[in-house]
This record gives sequence, C-alpha cells and structure tokens, in this order.
Amino acid sequence: MHIWYSLMNLLLPFSWLQHDFMKNALLGIILVTPIFGLLGTMIVNNKMAFFSDSLGHSALTGIAIGVILGIDNPIWSMLFFSVLITIAILVVKEANTASTDTIIGVFSSTAVALGIVILSRNGGFNKYSVYLIGDLLSINPTDLLTLSLVFILVITLWSVIFNRLLLASMNPSLARSRGINVRLYEYLFTMTMAVIVTISIQWVGILIISSLLILPAAASRNIAKNMRQYHVYSVFIALISGVAGLILSYFWGTATGATIVLISSAFFAVTFAFKLRMS
Amino acid sequence: MNMKLNMIQHNCTHSSEGTSCKCGLCCTKITDFGVTRGGTEILRNVNLHIHCGDLTAIIGPNGAGKSTLIKAILGEIPHTGKLQFLDAKDEGTTNPSMGYVPQKLDLDSSSPTSVLDLFAATHTRMPIWFSYPKKIQERVRETLARTQAEHLINKRLGTLSGGELQRVLLALALDPIPHLLLLDEPVSGIDQRGLELFYKTVSTLRKEYDLSIILVSHDLNLVAEYADRVAFINNNTIECAGTPQEVFSNEKVIQTFGLDWSKRYQSNEKDKVDNAHMV
Repeated sequence: MHIWYSLMNLLLPFSWLQHDFMKNALLGIILVTPIFGLLGTMIVNNKMAFFSDSLGHSALTGIAIGVILGIDNPIWSMLFFSVLITIAILVVKEANTASTDTIIGVFSSTAVALGIVILSRNGGFNKYSVYLIGDLLSINPTDLLTLSLVFILVITLWSVIFNRLLLASMNPSLARSRGINVRLYEYLFTMTMAVIVTISIQWVGILIISSLLILPAAASRNIAKNMRQYHVYSVFIALISGVAGLILSYFWGTATGATIVLISSAFFAVTFAFKLRMS
Repeated sequence: MNMKLNMIQHNCTHSSEGTSCKCGLCCTKITDFGVTRGGTEILRNVNLHIHCGDLTAIIGPNGAGKSTLIKAILGEIPHTGKLQFLDAKDEGTTNPSMGYVPQKLDLDSSSPTSVLDLFAATHTRMPIWFSYPKKIQERVRETLARTQAEHLINKRLGTLSGGELQRVLLALALDPIPHLLLLDEPVSGIDQRGLELFYKTVSTLRKEYDLSIILVSHDLNLVAEYADRVAFINNNTIECAGTPQEVFSNEKVIQTFGLDWSKRYQSNEKDKVDNAHMV
C-alpha cells in the first residue's frame, strides 16, 4: 500500500488525492469498474438488467441473515444468499412455467421484503441505510486485497468462458451442436455476476449497483460495430466515469456511487445522440 | 449420374434393427427415439434412416414434435433410443458430428456482434473481446464463400436480412463439414426468393460434400422440389415416410395440409410428366 501512496503523491499531486482514503477509493475504482464494464456487455446482450437489479436487492436479505447470525461483516452471508437466490431463479426459470420477468420479480420483491422485515425489527433500520447508497470512501486496504483477487479471478474466468458463453446466449441449440454445455456456462456467468454485485454493494449501494453494470455497456453498444469495440468502449466508459465521479463527488460532497452513475448516464446520452445522427 | 445414385439409394431397404447400411454408403440411423418431458410424451417410436447425400425433409402440423426431434438429435433434451452414424465401411459411431442451422439467433438489431465475431467465437478459445488469431479471417472468408456470403464478414448480425443470416448460419454449420446437417427453416422474416436460394444452396452442397441432411420445413412446394425423402410427423411420431410422391399422396398427409394443396401438387407432377413425354 505504501508504494501505491507514494506513487500517487509523486504522479498525481492533487489536493483531492491528499487523503489516504481517496487513494484507496481511486485504487478500488480502477479495480472494480473494468469488471463492471466487461460483465455489463453480456448482461445487456442477454437482456438481464432486471436480473442484476434483483441480485442487488436480494443482498438486503443477505445482510439480515448476517445480523441474525451475529456476523460482523455480512459479506459472507450476502454472498451465500445471492448465490442461493441465483440458483433458485435459474431452477424455477428452467421449469418454464412463467415468464422470466415474473419469476425474477417475485424473487426480488420477496427478498427485499424479507430483508426489510428482519432489519427493521425493533425500529433499527437506519443503521443499515448505508447499504442503500454505499460508501466508496470507506474502502480499506483489506478490501482492496479482496478486490485485487476478485479482479484477477473475474478477468481469467471471463477470458476462458466468453466465446462459448456468447454462442450459448445467441442460440442454445447451436451451442449444443458445438458440444457446449449451455447450462454450465449460464451458471458460471450468473454466479460471477452474483459475486461481483454482492462484493461491490457496500461501496456502491443497493439502489444503483445495477446501473453501474448496465450503463457503460449500454452506452458502448450505441457506437460499437463489433465485440471488441463493444468491450473496449464499455471498459473505458466505466473507468472514466468511475474516476471522474470520484473526483467530482469529492468537490461536491456527494455520494460517490451516484455521481459515477450520473456521469455514465451522460456518456449514454452522448453516444445515443451520436447513434441517432449516424442513422 | 446423380439420378443413378439416387436410384440405388432408394432401392435399398433396411430393417430398423440392423446395424449395417448394407448398401456400402454411409448413413445416419435414428432408432426408436422417444422424448418425454414433464410426464408428457412428445415423441415416440421415431425411426429415421438418412443416407449421405440425401436431403430428408420433416413436415407436419405445428406442435407435432418437429423441433423436439431436432433438439433430441442434438442432445439438448434427453431422449430414449439410439443415434448412430455408419460410414461406408460399416464402422459405426454413436456420435456423429453435427452442424445445426437454427431458425434465428437471440439478438436484437442493435447487437454489436459481427459475422466474424460469431465465427471466431465458435472456432477459437481466445476471447474475441481481446483479439483474433491471425488465420481466422481467411478461414471465415473461405467458409462464407461456400454459401455466397463472403461479403458479409464484417457486417453486424443484426443488420442482415433473413436470407443473408440464414446463409451465414449455414456456412457456420459447414465448418467443419459435419456428418449430419440439421436445418430448422425459418418461419418468418425471409422472403420467397431468399428461401429458394437457400434451398438451392443446400441442395448443391449436399451433392458436393455428400452430406446427410435433416430439414424441418414449412414450405411444401420447396420440399416437393428439393427433398429426396420426406418424413411426416403427426401425433408424436413419424406417421409416414418415403419419397415426396409417396408421402404427398398419403391419406393422412392430405388431410393435414388440405386437399387443395395436394391436388395442385399432383397436377404439377402430372404436368411435369406430360412435358417430359412431349420432349
């Protein structure tokens, strides 16, 4: 960490980077936004925006379970619960009895309600409201270590599974004819999503986590002509929005996550206007 | 020459239990296929015998189980019975390599997936958002040339017309050349001329590469013109199979598709014969 701090002092001697918590937050953003940009491309491709939203919401129940079990850091109970709800959604979806939208809606609202009921017992919900907006500035060196590991894991996994996942998402039967185990890839993808969403929630907040996943990819989609451009633009938009959002939120005294989302939205507006002019 | 070959094939008869092709030609055998899902029997006692170089069309009313049969052959849904590929020397293999041309791809018109992306994702392990192997472009161009689609290589899949997409998907299914080619003809989004071009291409390729082809079709006129054999699926099984002439004069087939069509078909055939006599 010391190397990072002195490197920052040397390279970026700005007032907003004087504090260690800002340096931590910057590193956190540099690690987490490219993952958002990468995963977002597939989420938008597969029209899974609602699914990622419900993953975020289900974290509330995860926190509640953590509280009941008396765990200090609810991250493990959150992870456990979001993986559980992901499996539940996929299993019910495969039964093919209702539309995916409805199934996700049912699970999502149940999870939110359950979380609120448990956490609001004895009128103590306010202490958990930090999870709603998130606090990026609270990120500490231990979190950064976890994030680095997750970063390496997700990038590796994404490199290994992407091609096959893309084929499976376009047509399961076509993928099957190429010997691809469609279910395995679907599970791997949604699990990765669940893990990333859950880990980032304490810094970004339940309310806007899915916007961070969707917006960079959606903006990139407006101007990309092939998969490579799609990913490159998406990662850059996520990264630039992240860093710019951090700086602006420092000067404005606003919540970092929400500021980042607003900048991503601006990117979407600009690329969308560009797309309209092109066509 | 081709006529002669067809004659030989059609003259040799098979018992569905045997493991040999008996004619010295390669073939694909489907023996006693059955599919049951959620307690409902969707297919039973399906027996099909397809020679290399033969185009077998599967026809039948909606919901008869045509698509289910294709999915069962692909191994996407579990089935009972056997699927065998026997080469000219009678060396049986239970896992014929399969090419599949789906009806459509799950993507919206704004999807930034190019034709090259689709092929690269199928043929390589290197994640296509990172880079393409150098040789892939050449190989894709060559493959696309087989179906007169090489000019589409850098287009986005979403911008292709129904006919163009079908030719691209056909080229994809032919690389590498499969033992068995499964085609699911699109119901909509493709005009009559595009459809005829598609049939012509398939028909030419069949002879060129000695392919066994199963085609799920909705266009009886084109089936009558291009198919070597026709299998009529109704009430969850193959009710009638044979040459187009045999099948289209079958009582059940006439009942299903209406008398008008059948009369028109038979008078067309009669015209052809008359014309042949006049020449």
